[in-house]
Amino acid sequence: MAVDFASWRRSETAPCPSGGAQARKQALAEALAAGLLAGPAVLLLLALFLLPVLAVFVIAVTDWQFGARSLSFVGLKNFAELFADPVFRRSLVNTVLYVCIVVPATVGLGLLIALLIESGPRLRAFYRAIHFLPYMATLAAMAIAWEALLHPTIGIVNQTLASLGLPTPNWLRDENTVLPVLAVIGIWQGLGFAMVLFLAGLKAIPVDLYDAAEVDGADATLDRLRVVTLPMLGPVMMFVVIVTALRAFEVFDTVKILTQGGPAKASEVLLHTLYVESFEFLRTGYGAAVTVVFLFIVVALTLLQARILDRRVHYS
Amino acid sequence: MTFGVVLRDITKSFGPTPVLRGVSLDIAEGEFLTLLGPSGCGKSTLLRIVAGLETQDVGTVSIGGRPVDALRPKQRDVAMVFQSYALYPHMTVGQNLALPLRMRRLSKLQRLPLLGRVLPGTRALAGTIARDVAQTAAALEIDHLLERKPGQLSGGQRQRVAVGRAMVRQPEVFLMDEPLSNLDAKLRVAMRAEIKDLHRRLGVTFVYVTHDQAEAMTLSDRVAVMLEGELLQVARPRDIYADPEDRRVAEFVGSPKINLIEGRVREAGAVDVAGTTFHLDTGLGRGKAVTLGLRPEAFGAAERAGPGVITGAVRLLEHLGSDLYAHVDVPGQQAPLIARLPAEDDAGPANGGTLHLRPRLDHVLLFAPDGRRLRPAQARRIMPLPLREPA
Amino acid sequence: MKPPGRRAFSWSGAALRHTVLLATSVLVLLPFVWMVSLSLKSPGEIFQASFSVLPDQWHALENYTAALTAQPLPRFMMNGVIVCGAILILQILVCAPAAYALAKLRFRGREVLFALVLVGLLIPHQVLALPLFILAYQIGILDTYAALIFPFIVSPFGIFLFRQFFKAIPDDLVHAARLDGLSEASIVWRVMVPIAWPAVVAFAIFSVVAHWNDLFWPLIAVRSEELMPPPLGVMAFKNEEAGSDYGPLMAGATLIVAPLVVAFLFAQRWFVDGLSLGAVK
Repeated sequence: MAVDFASWRRSETAPCPSGGAQARKQALAEALAAGLLAGPAVLLLLALFLLPVLAVFVIAVTDWQFGARSLSFVGLKNFAELFADPVFRRSLVNTVLYVCIVVPATVGLGLLIALLIESGPRLRAFYRAIHFLPYMATLAAMAIAWEALLHPTIGIVNQTLASLGLPTPNWLRDENTVLPVLAVIGIWQGLGFAMVLFLAGLKAIPVDLYDAAEVDGADATLDRLRVVTLPMLGPVMMFVVIVTALRAFEVFDTVKILTQGGPAKASEVLLHTLYVESFEFLRTGYGAAVTVVFLFIVVALTLLQARILDRRVHYS
Repeated sequence: MTFGVVLRDITKSFGPTPVLRGVSLDIAEGEFLTLLGPSGCGKSTLLRIVAGLETQDVGTVSIGGRPVDALRPKQRDVAMVFQSYALYPHMTVGQNLALPLRMRRLSKLQRLPLLGRVLPGTRALAGTIARDVAQTAAALEIDHLLERKPGQLSGGQRQRVAVGRAMVRQPEVFLMDEPLSNLDAKLRVAMRAEIKDLHRRLGVTFVYVTHDQAEAMTLSDRVAVMLEGELLQVARPRDIYADPEDRRVAEFVGSPKINLIEGRVREAGAVDVAGTTFHLDTGLGRGKAVTLGLRPEAFGAAERAGPGVITGAVRLLEHLGSDLYAHVDVPGQQAPLIARLPAEDDAGPANGGTLHLRPRLDHVLLFAPDGRRLRPAQARRIMPLPLREPA
Repeated sequence: MKPPGRRAFSWSGAALRHTVLLATSVLVLLPFVWMVSLSLKSPGEIFQASFSVLPDQWHALENYTAALTAQPLPRFMMNGVIVCGAILILQILVCAPAAYALAKLRFRGREVLFALVLVGLLIPHQVLALPLFILAYQIGILDTYAALIFPFIVSPFGIFLFRQFFKAIPDDLVHAARLDGLSEASIVWRVMVPIAWPAVVAFAIFSVVAHWNDLFWPLIAVRSEELMPPPLGVMAFKNEEAGSDYGPLMAGATLIVAPLVVAFLFAQRWFVDGLSLGAVK
């Protein structure tokens, strides 16, 4: 009564006489459909991503000024000029400084807040929402709120300091304070994002590991952190560091709205330089060179991130 | 008699859901006891209460004669093997094995990353830890894996490391929570033998949780069958199978499942069942309902219908090589009866054909409608059959 | 009589947790509170040194009226809606079919296309600003809605994300749809997109938040006030006021921040998911 499945299968897959032509025809139809479906995206990716990037490299080795009718090849002259330019060097140093303040503080605070939120059952969603809020609030508008907050006389910061008898700097007009203050805004904006990524990382740690640690004797809070939580967050941590660094390198809105790189270039940063050279001074070739430098930094960081993501897959 | 683990009236609810309803259990020192039950019956929760990972609402736990209710897991001298193994993925096998020893033997200061190494005594202790780790690894034949990380190991190797981490500190009690369920069938059988062997060598108390009756039957000194937060029966494996206290135990243990047939007492010594009459003493009055439990192997073939013979239509025949299982539709029964017949009987029954089955009455288990096992005084006696034996 | 296990509730631990988190919450919210507070006050009160969050005299109506009338704030918001909406629709129209082709069709050049998507993912948009500005100038669309929209109509991140989700849909479903007579395009829109709608929602939130908040490209692409999206508008607003009239400026800032904040409070989970997807970008 049993059906002979084996022979039934065989007959179905046996090559029929016209099979080859049929298969070719079907493959052709599939390729045609793919071309129609992916065609617009391919053209747009080429026109809006690939060719522009190549164009940046080409423009960067010319002396072209936007609007000029002629241009000539100047080799690496733009880059030589760039690295000899004190403004650009200041800009690069400032950006690196900014990143060096923002990244550890954002990651550290994000982790601390995530650990605290996860350590108790109450008000989790509430705390998460509040700390995440700055990440999606329009930074251009919030920069204006920060300016009011930091206003030398009527801002709440200086009012508080004054009432305590402490000095009241003009935060955004003082060469020594402007970059740290911008960094504080950067941290304020980014820490919710770091927190969310850490919360996801914490959720992914198997509960069994904590149980095992408890049976093994690691039941004090610090032991649990050292034996389970922090090592298990390792890959997430590296990921957050790089994502935060990428975002920090792209600092622009606060600088443009609050300081325009001033005072005395104390808050000049890479993207602001790029913007000013390319679109205010219209020194296109020079701006392209700045763009190339920026691209190198970001691509290097992103490739590092991709490697870490790869590694995360192999982790357990 | 000394007791390894003693549980008294353990009760536990998660919110409004009761998980354990007053479980009491004495586990002898050195015994291998298995908690057997379907998922959600509370067996893992009970194990976690013994470990101290979960707190009971009511009741007490004693280990080695001392109450441990106020003790943390690390103070209870128990080790646990988890279903997921719960190995620390960022540590090597050697570090995984050493961790419980480091946590116990080194002080807080000595465990500090750099400072700890220069403190007096750390070196000597580190030496003994390394020695103990090496010993355990050798015993489990994982010494060549000490430098690897869990991610680089096969399922069976991880399982051994998990056992090793439990073994290394020589605990008084071993707790195992479904330790084999993540292995493939073949490996599971092999590891089963190894766990049995490990128990024999160590001679300490093992409490083992599983939903797999084969594991429970092969490994245990005694099996505790749990259902819906209650212990139904605690007994030797073969008594669990052959002499269940409760209809639910009989149903849970055994594969294919026991056949349950509703019957009604006709008179003392006779029960009407599935269109025939069995000569059985039930100890019940006339007209009372009774359930007969018949294992598939409790049937023999009969030539023709008659008293004491169940007749039905063959719905399906399953040839398993050594055995032949016949699924038989019997009038008045919802589920088909499953009978194990000798494989040579191939010639006999056919699909759709009629089959006569004669149950061995000394194998019949009787259950009251509430599921309690009925043990009438004479139930063990084989009733003489006033019928002609089939030729 | 509970043992001091980790599930045991500890009052001191909980108190510490709430103390620290409430403190950080207050600091995080301070700029929002200050912004809203100033938007309710009269110029006189703003320039008095005072700590009060709520004004002595409510000046909210005047400030918000000024923000909505003296400045084309409604126009900025409408521009934001038009630009974000157009970008999102175009992105989905372009990305979903391409993602389907990448996930489910076999054709020569599939690997090349995927590599192109990955390269696109790698490039920060600011790098493209200069050549795209020149391109927009050449085709004469600078200072139009088109200039605000065109750089974003293909999103490598969108293609990548949709491809991941589409790949998880069983091939058999595609085969069944073909046997049922659906064309490849209708498989995309009638089968794949509806099944992958969580990805679509997440992507929509990611895209709208990114473009509502974007300042860099609009700054380059448009000059006319009537085309400015909110961030650029509020910047122009601020420059005109030169920091003298805080009330209306803060009212304007509040109105620009409000839509996303309110949407976030109503759909927290979706926002968190959508925006943390952006970590890949």
